[in-house]
Amino acid sequence: MLTFLFRRLVLAALVCLTVLVVAFALTRLSGDLAVSMAGPNGTAEDVAIIRKNYGLDRPLPVQFLDWAVNAASGDLGRSYLYRAPVSGLIAERLPITFCLGLTGLTIALLTAIPLGIVSAMKEGTLLDRGIGLIALIGQAMPSFWLGLMLVIWFGLKLQWLPISGTETWDGYIMPGIVLAFSAIPALLRLTRAGMIEALSSDYIRTARANGLSVASIVLKHALRNAAMPVVSVAAVQLGFMLGGSIVIETVFALHGVGYLAWESINKNDFPVVQAVVLLLAMIYIGLTLAADMMNAVLDPRLRAG
Amino acid sequence: MKRLSTLLGLSIVGAVVLIAAGADFLAPHDPFAQNLMARMIPPCWMDGGSSLHLFGTDQLGRDYLSRLMYGARISVLIGVLTVVTSGLIGTTLGVTGGYFGGRVDDAVMFAITCRLAIPLILVALTVVALIGSSLTVVVLTLGLLLWERFAVVARTTTMQVRNIDYVAAARAAGASTPHILLREILPNILSHLIVIATLEMALAILLEAALSFLGLGVPPPLPSWGLMIAEAKDYMFFSPWVIMVPGVALFVLVLGINLLGDGLRDLLGVSTRR
Repeated sequence: MLTFLFRRLVLAALVCLTVLVVAFALTRLSGDLAVSMAGPNGTAEDVAIIRKNYGLDRPLPVQFLDWAVNAASGDLGRSYLYRAPVSGLIAERLPITFCLGLTGLTIALLTAIPLGIVSAMKEGTLLDRGIGLIALIGQAMPSFWLGLMLVIWFGLKLQWLPISGTETWDGYIMPGIVLAFSAIPALLRLTRAGMIEALSSDYIRTARANGLSVASIVLKHALRNAAMPVVSVAAVQLGFMLGGSIVIETVFALHGVGYLAWESINKNDFPVVQAVVLLLAMIYIGLTLAADMMNAVLDPRLRAG
Repeated sequence: MKRLSTLLGLSIVGAVVLIAAGADFLAPHDPFAQNLMARMIPPCWMDGGSSLHLFGTDQLGRDYLSRLMYGARISVLIGVLTVVTSGLIGTTLGVTGGYFGGRVDDAVMFAITCRLAIPLILVALTVVALIGSSLTVVVLTLGLLLWERFAVVARTTTMQVRNIDYVAAARAAGASTPHILLREILPNILSHLIVIATLEMALAILLEAALSFLGLGVPPPLPSWGLMIAEAKDYMFFSPWVIMVPGVALFVLVLGINLLGDGLRDLLGVSTRR
């Protein structure tokens, strides 16, 4: 167990390091950051001043080390646009993105797991095919477009839900549904496959032979075994959802981290962009690490490998 | 039922490809020609529609059907070119890792893990914003980001066929490593790669639309479906069809590709857990 833990932590650390390099290299892609910051109307003088003020005249490895060491200690630099520490800007907006991600995940799990169970129990029937079709439709739905359609329908025509903002809790419902759509197909198929496998196994036959009720067999015995891969994929999906929330936050004008990133990309506010890339990657790495740990605790077979 | 859905997928994809290829002859109007006297005409099946513009006109009076047809060309181009790029990268990495194993495989797995940790949309947006938006930039950006599923599948399937007798026979006959990889391994994992290619193509088309919607994909006045939705967004409260038409087009194409992919998976006897 300790070796497994150690190996996994070393891997996570190496991935973190790579992401640091990528996040840094990303904003230097344009060649000269100072020129992009000066904008189309910037003179050579402006560029020179920007380069000096932001320390962009130093060699790249020095800039990288400076940034990476500061980032490791929690100092993500200052926003050019807000003239405030990036960490503060992100901390302000992170709760909104987290709320959105968790709402989305909850909706996705509450939809995908029951549908997956029903689909597995009725395998091969018309109902199973119908549920499979739902997964296909979810997969093909452009999330930003679904968001706009919900805004028109539930926000404007029926006036059930607010069309933007997060002043009240119901502002999270529509964006949460849209975000859930992207995760439902994978979770549904996984639940279905796991349940089909579990339901055909020996211990279920024994449970049936012992005269246990269907509800007890399905929910207590089969689901417990089918749930493990679902839990780890749910963690990964949450990571993807937080990354994908940039589109949905823009559609619904939710001022979370995704919206901040979009704004910063459009206004060349690169310290913020770098920081958000780094943050989302770290969250993803943390979530997968946690899922691996949980699986190792639940299933001793995995620890050996 | 299964065959029906495959057929449906095939006809959708076939129709869209034909429209994309023949847009020059099929489009009733010039997709870029503005006519400020004929702005926001609804589609022909709605009140106030005209038979001159079957799908209506946009906020600049451009014919919506023509723009939709040229937009199909962009989606198909993006889908195919992205999959070729990412397929080449992913398959090379996956086959190499799966065949050689050991340290090489560790390196490939590490690359896959790193790629998954990098937030896809955010990085794509940043790259396009910095380098400038064009069709080529979008294709290259998505191609360089979407290879990981190819790599994962190529790696596992290569591991499965690596030790099968015909590979051992080729090795014993003195075949070179490139020969084994290209002539023995690759043909045997190809069906798996084709199924992944359809899924990735659908994903690439959706991502291009999302990037264009956010203003950092294909540049205007090109009629990308995502861009059409973005441009029409300000008018959607008064005339919802302006975003409905390109959105439905996008949805139908992606659904068609996925149906086709599902059908191919059954037809080729591939089982991919997804």
